[in-house]
Amino acid sequence: MKIVMAIIKPFKLEEVRDALTAIGVHGLTVTEVKGYGRQKGHTEIYRGAEYAVSFLPKIKLEVAVASDQVDKTIEAITNAAKTGQIGDGKIFVIGLDHAVRIRTGEADAAAL
Amino acid sequence: MTFKRPTSAGLIALAAGLLTATAACAEPTVNKGDNAWMLTSTVLVLLMTIPGLALFYGGLVRSKNMLSVLMQVFYTVCIVVVLYALFGYSLAFTGGSDYIGGLSKAFMSGVTTDSKAATFSIDANISELVYFCFQMTFAAITPALIVGAFAERMKFAAVVLFVPLWLICVYLPISHMVWYWAGPDAISEAAKAVAAAADAAAKTAAQAKLDEVNADAGWLFKVGAIDFAGGTVVHINAGIAGLVGALLIGKRIGYGKELMAPHSLTMSMIGASLLWVGWFGFNAGSNLEASGGAALAMSNSFVATAAAALSWMFAEWIVKGHPSVLGALSGAVAGLVAVTPAAGYSGIMGALVLGLVAGVVCLIACTAVKNAIGYDDSLDVFGVHCIGGIVGAIGTGILVNPDLGGTGVMNYETGKAAYDFAGQMMSQLKAVGFTLVWSGIISAVLYKIVDVIVGLRVTAEKEREGLDVTEHTERAYNM
Repeated sequence: MKIVMAIIKPFKLEEVRDALTAIGVHGLTVTEVKGYGRQKGHTEIYRGAEYAVSFLPKIKLEVAVASDQVDKTIEAITNAAKTGQIGDGKIFVIGLDHAVRIRTGEADAAAL
Repeated sequence: MTFKRPTSAGLIALAAGLLTATAACAEPTVNKGDNAWMLTSTVLVLLMTIPGLALFYGGLVRSKNMLSVLMQVFYTVCIVVVLYALFGYSLAFTGGSDYIGGLSKAFMSGVTTDSKAATFSIDANISELVYFCFQMTFAAITPALIVGAFAERMKFAAVVLFVPLWLICVYLPISHMVWYWAGPDAISEAAKAVAAAADAAAKTAAQAKLDEVNADAGWLFKVGAIDFAGGTVVHINAGIAGLVGALLIGKRIGYGKELMAPHSLTMSMIGASLLWVGWFGFNAGSNLEASGGAALAMSNSFVATAAAALSWMFAEWIVKGHPSVLGALSGAVAGLVAVTPAAGYSGIMGALVLGLVAGVVCLIACTAVKNAIGYDDSLDVFGVHCIGGIVGAIGTGILVNPDLGGTGVMNYETGKAAYDFAGQMMSQLKAVGFTLVWSGIISAVLYKIVDVIVGLRVTAEKEREGLDVTEHTERAYNM
């Protein structure tokens, strides 16, 4: 099992969610984050104070999948989240040891 | 049914009756319209402070310090109200010396529902209790303005001590010096007595009485300085006290390096808008009557404000590349500050020009000048209120000129308005200079005293964590 973690542009969330549903992924967790990579920030001016703000708002989504689903998941996210502009984001794949569904106690593959 | 036309004898009898009745009614009465307006104005000025100023300032600080700003402003209103009723009103508005009044009206002694206060017109009075309340709201907003300068690092205990000390040592004397006088009725009556005096002895006596009445006024009033609603008393005063406080307490940790963006310009907009609305009570209410003069002050408070908001916004657009909400709001406040001393004296076109100038001058003060000198006046109390107030005080001296549409300065002995450019400018500059020196030096001394007693600044750790949680054990937002 793996956790597929993706940092994407906020307005792409709905598209990515639809793409994941289409390949059979039915649950995910979303967090509002800030970050930067190669995308430049912007300047904010408040009267005499000028700030170079490098952190940009992004969305982090995490979805737990079976190991054989990882490639399909990455492909779905990439196709939905890509704009071709700098700042599209990144996807990370992290190893997952155990998973449990709290309501029923089902474990591992049955919990995903 | 036919009406009989009244006979001429009947008409003469009616006229005679009315004449006698009017002659008997020489005792000035309180005009209910004027009183109603002043009661309303008072409430509008309170609105300016809570929540107007509170939200304007609050939105500009980081969310971890929002409550500290709201608390400092709210506390200031409450403590000033209590002290003003106890002795503040008496010290400001009774005769005493040129610099401060006396305690004859302490505990509001002798001030009843029948007591009257003079306005700027002869035979027109308002209830003294409403005048007391009106002045009280001015006394409340002035120290509340100061807290913006040292926001995000001042101990609440320090504010608790500083505000009453400053009220007593700085605000009450200056408000006495600029605004206390014997009133138009007393002056005009004494002048008439001099004119009516039959022989040399009577004339000398009447003249002595007139001199006494004229002497019964604050020092800056006698110098001839004019300040319609408090450009000097409120804005220059608070502005310089703020700057001194900011310099003494030092810059915020991370100033110039870390992001200290306003946490809610939405709140600031609400606050600034409430300030504009409430300011009509501040300026138009300072006319003390619901007359054309009040309407002039209202008109000027519309036009100068709008002009200043636009001039700041457009100047910022040209120089920085973008127009900002904070710029437009700050411009509006700067315009309101500048028109405060001029509101009842300037012509409307004069007020427009004053606003245009104030917007640009305060923009420069809050950006180029502030950054060049490098002081941390968190919410630009000096740049907007002190500088704006100085622009307004000097502008008033120019714009009161009848040739420029102004009202001229009323002489209650002659009953005529007059204007002398050089003399008036000298008076204005004296008032500005004196206020800067008095407020600046005494504020510095008071800050030092408070520093010794409780300490001015919170520890670095508390400043980092935020004043809301460390000083007040509360969070502004639990979301």
